[in-house]
Amino acid sequence: MQNKGIRIEGLTKRYGKGDTAVDALKGVDMQVAPGEVVGLIGPSGSGKSTLLKCLGAVIEPTAGRMILGDEVIYDNGWKVRDLRALRRDKIGFVFQAPYLIPFLDVTDNVALLPMLAGKPNTEARKQALDLLQALDVLHRARAMPSQLSGGEQQRVAIARGLVNHPPVILADEPTAPLDSERALAVIKILNDMARKFETAIIVVTHDEKIIPTFKRIYHIRDGITYEEAGDGVDLR
Amino acid sequence: MISLAGRDIQHALGKFVFTGFGLGLLIGVTLTMAGVYRGMVDDAKVLLDNSSADIWVVQKDTLGPYAESSSIYDDVWRSIRSIPGVARVANVTYLTMQVRQGERDVRAMVTGITAGEFGLPGWPPQLIAGRQITRGHYEAVADNASGFKIGDDIQIRRNSYKVVGITRRMVSSSGDPMVFIPLRDAQEAQFLKDNDAIWQQRRRTGENPNFNRPGVPGLLDAVIDSQSTNAYVNAVLVQVKPEHNVQTIAETIQRWKRLTVYTRSQMEEILVGKLIATSAKQIGMFLAILAIVSAAIVAFIIYTLTLGKIREIAVLKLIGTRNRTIAGLIMQQAIALGVIGFVVGKITATLWAPVFPKYVLLQPLDSIIGFIAVVVICVLASIIAIRAALKVDPAEAIGG
Repeated sequence: MQNKGIRIEGLTKRYGKGDTAVDALKGVDMQVAPGEVVGLIGPSGSGKSTLLKCLGAVIEPTAGRMILGDEVIYDNGWKVRDLRALRRDKIGFVFQAPYLIPFLDVTDNVALLPMLAGKPNTEARKQALDLLQALDVLHRARAMPSQLSGGEQQRVAIARGLVNHPPVILADEPTAPLDSERALAVIKILNDMARKFETAIIVVTHDEKIIPTFKRIYHIRDGITYEEAGDGVDLR
Repeated sequence: MISLAGRDIQHALGKFVFTGFGLGLLIGVTLTMAGVYRGMVDDAKVLLDNSSADIWVVQKDTLGPYAESSSIYDDVWRSIRSIPGVARVANVTYLTMQVRQGERDVRAMVTGITAGEFGLPGWPPQLIAGRQITRGHYEAVADNASGFKIGDDIQIRRNSYKVVGITRRMVSSSGDPMVFIPLRDAQEAQFLKDNDAIWQQRRRTGENPNFNRPGVPGLLDAVIDSQSTNAYVNAVLVQVKPEHNVQTIAETIQRWKRLTVYTRSQMEEILVGKLIATSAKQIGMFLAILAIVSAAIVAFIIYTLTLGKIREIAVLKLIGTRNRTIAGLIMQQAIALGVIGFVVGKITATLWAPVFPKYVLLQPLDSIIGFIAVVVICVLASIIAIRAALKVDPAEAIGG
């Protein structure tokens, strides 16, 4: 599959029916190219989480179109039978809190996804270790999540999101629990990884510290997105 | 694929072992209850085995000396002895009572056996210490469960007996240790009245003009003599010659002697099927309740453990973990908990079984059935937690 990032056209999501129906998304258009990191910003109740859940194939949109790479995954209905496999293989997730599996060590937390996809343990672990090295946490490979600092945990979470080389990563407020320095470090890592793995990354954030780092920002308000150019502060 | 359940157990090993230990004690109680029932059945069989009898001859239309009162004349054995195929015959009495020794008393089944004829049915087949009864009076052989020792003086009714031999596993169907004494003493003990009652009976007999007639000297003395002796035993035990059919001889005795006769299998049916049937049902009820309680505890523990992992389960589902992998994680943990519990339960039951006052027989088959039951209960108990886990929305991992 040729990686063309992610494209969304006229995506809508309606909760409820009749008089009580609420339109959380009212025709969202968005495109993120491979290697690009864009911000998705909006106040509470603007539809950020709904959009993220639709993009993550967790909830079904009401209408619209979603194209992942060159595969239409949604066109007024899911075009993919196995959404679980879609999430596992083609969408990476980075959460507000790292949500690492507490009973797996760092390596296996990252290697779990390729293992779930059917890769042999040794191959999955090698893939995980390569990523941990790229993210500079290889020295904590055998540690348990509870033994890591917040920044280390988030880097491991990013490694987990990247390990299957998905065309898109959805990052839900990944810097919320971090101080400025660590938050910027995480954004730098996301930018580096996006370039390295040709991955489109959408970062949902409220964090004023990192907003200037995006070259492109989607504002969302009342279920409608507005695109604007960001400052794109160089993090090197 | 790594074992998620194994890793989780390894991560929270202390919690798992501690929980498994608690469950294990409950399983130990369950295994012990089964052992108590097996012990009762075994006690009943041991009683029959140790009597060395093929046939029990008892009072007509009674269930025999172990189940209800049975009295037959003590000379019935002579006519039974003459039936072809009968090898040996012996009178026997059974009386469950408190036997005193010094300041303490022990509940025991006092068995009257014909003294001096070792090998007769009813005799203790093996001793672990001392010798058999050789005198006609005031000697006793006691089971080691009674706590009596060689040389002890024990009190049965008014008489004192010297313990000359010790047996092992000679118990009644209710687990009371047996104490063997000479038949004549046992007959006396069984029907002995207190002095006041004897005196009153003699006075009433003496005042009865029918027994105190002029011109019939000695009648009153003869009547009083007959009242002070006991010519009854509870059963006659019969051994059949090897080449003869037990059933045929039993039918012959029943037909000619107006007595009720039981073979070994019939007597076992009475003991196991009638005598301990209610206890068996009682224990069965306990087992059922314990199984339900165990299932509820396992279900609660697994459910609680699962609820504590809701966020992790949501993340696992979001990143594409199959439902069966998550269900397997929970079910394997439930089974692991059951296995830990069973091992602890088996060990504890084995350790505390000898401490029980009555015989607790832990049979390997019961352990196998118990293990299978524990695994099945754990699998069933994990279903609630699995249902809860499968209902977790992967969207819960995404905030907002």
